[in-house]
Amino acid sequence: MKRTRLYEFHKKSGAKIIEFFGWEMPVEYKGVIDEHIAIRTRAGLFDVSHMGEIMIQGQDALAFVQHLTPNDAARLAPGQVQYTALTTPEGTFVDDMLVYCMGPEKYFLVVNASNADKDYAWIVDHKKGFAVETENQSDAYSQLALQGPQALAVLQPLTELDLAGMKSFHFAFGKVAGIDTLVSRTGYTGEDGFEIYTLAPNPGVIWEAILEAGRPHDVLPIGLGARDTLRLESKLMLYGNDISDKTTVLEADLKWICKFQKGGFLGKAVLERQLAEGLTRKIAGFELMDKGIPRPHYPVFVEGRKVSDVCSGTFAPFLKKSIGLAYLPIGATALGTEIEIGIRDKKARAKVIPTPFYKREKN
Amino acid sequence: MYPNDFRYTKEHEWIKVEGDEAVVGVTDFAQKQLGDIIYVELPEVGKVLEVRQAVGVIESVKSVSDVYSPVAGEVIAVNEELNKTADLINKDPHGKGWIVRMRIKDKAAVDALMTVSDYEKYLEGLEA
Repeated sequence: MKRTRLYEFHKKSGAKIIEFFGWEMPVEYKGVIDEHIAIRTRAGLFDVSHMGEIMIQGQDALAFVQHLTPNDAARLAPGQVQYTALTTPEGTFVDDMLVYCMGPEKYFLVVNASNADKDYAWIVDHKKGFAVETENQSDAYSQLALQGPQALAVLQPLTELDLAGMKSFHFAFGKVAGIDTLVSRTGYTGEDGFEIYTLAPNPGVIWEAILEAGRPHDVLPIGLGARDTLRLESKLMLYGNDISDKTTVLEADLKWICKFQKGGFLGKAVLERQLAEGLTRKIAGFELMDKGIPRPHYPVFVEGRKVSDVCSGTFAPFLKKSIGLAYLPIGATALGTEIEIGIRDKKARAKVIPTPFYKREKN
Repeated sequence: MYPNDFRYTKEHEWIKVEGDEAVVGVTDFAQKQLGDIIYVELPEVGKVLEVRQAVGVIESVKSVSDVYSPVAGEVIAVNEELNKTADLINKDPHGKGWIVRMRIKDKAAVDALMTVSDYEKYLEGLEA
């Protein structure tokens, strides 16, 4: 079982630790609801060092990233970040990820912890013909995420980087609490915030400095439990629940990351055909109207017929209602469509509602 | 932490005998494991329960789990407050967070359950 470099800090903070894809990770400290609300209203700090990092360098680095992903990495200037996917030739997901452009020949990929080894093997398998060097740096990096409306105010005093001047999906290198880092204005919560990557052996210095600086703002350490409820309220996809090698990028309602004009990429032909012919199913968000909580794998019924299983489902602590995502036949994806979720021996009524379920007000 | 006059099960229910009746809930250890509780499904009053039959369901943000009846008996009251504020179980598991009151069939069955010192030893074993 793997532990992040912050494991002892979590134990000290009284975290409940669970196994997460081979990692011993904090699932909650104070409680999922308190932590969720802290992120929506103040700020909170995550240890997400289990995430994977893969470096791609060389004269064909851009061409290689373009080949592997549907989004257009050519639009990235150094210092910019993009959400995209690693796609199969079938237009489905090997993974979803962030691409950081560090230079014209240097791209840094941030992938899911559960997929890091698989992704790296996939990348190595596809590099024939491209003049690139690849390196799986997942074990070397620690990653912290400070998220919430007060993230900027908490982090700014700890760094000389101009964080207010950093736009969303941009990044810069600089020191945080005296430690060399990469800071990006990104996250997985639907709030403003920053993700902080470091190769330093002592990321605990940053962890403690942020919690100390955050004390006047009542900043909390946040576990994976709230990370899941936060990302679901904001309809951010979770690989293995909502997207997989069985679901295409278009079915996952991520057409916006498919840039068909950019040239070839793995899965393009299938996705173009799917776009031309129309989808037969698509992921949709629903809200439970009866009492209960929809959970992954619960059956989904349309007009009494089972059509799929719940992908992600939870009680949403900020919205205070039960929500979920499921793939529905295209005819049932219209807003307001009534569906049913099998919860134990009962069928609970639900209806398709707009997503994201939660959207922050931007200033 | 754990009341002396309760008996306990390995599934972390408690039972407190009051004459021919008993009150049943889940322990502090159980509520901590469950985390923030959102809903509780309660049985109908009058339901006759076998020992270890599901008496209710607790839904927390993270998980769903059955509550089992520690002994056989009939449900004579349920804690209606839980329909509005399920997290009473988080806040006061051994008091206001009680789940059902039942008329018990056989008092001797209660005596066979764990005492507080048995239960605390059992928890030490789980946490080790």
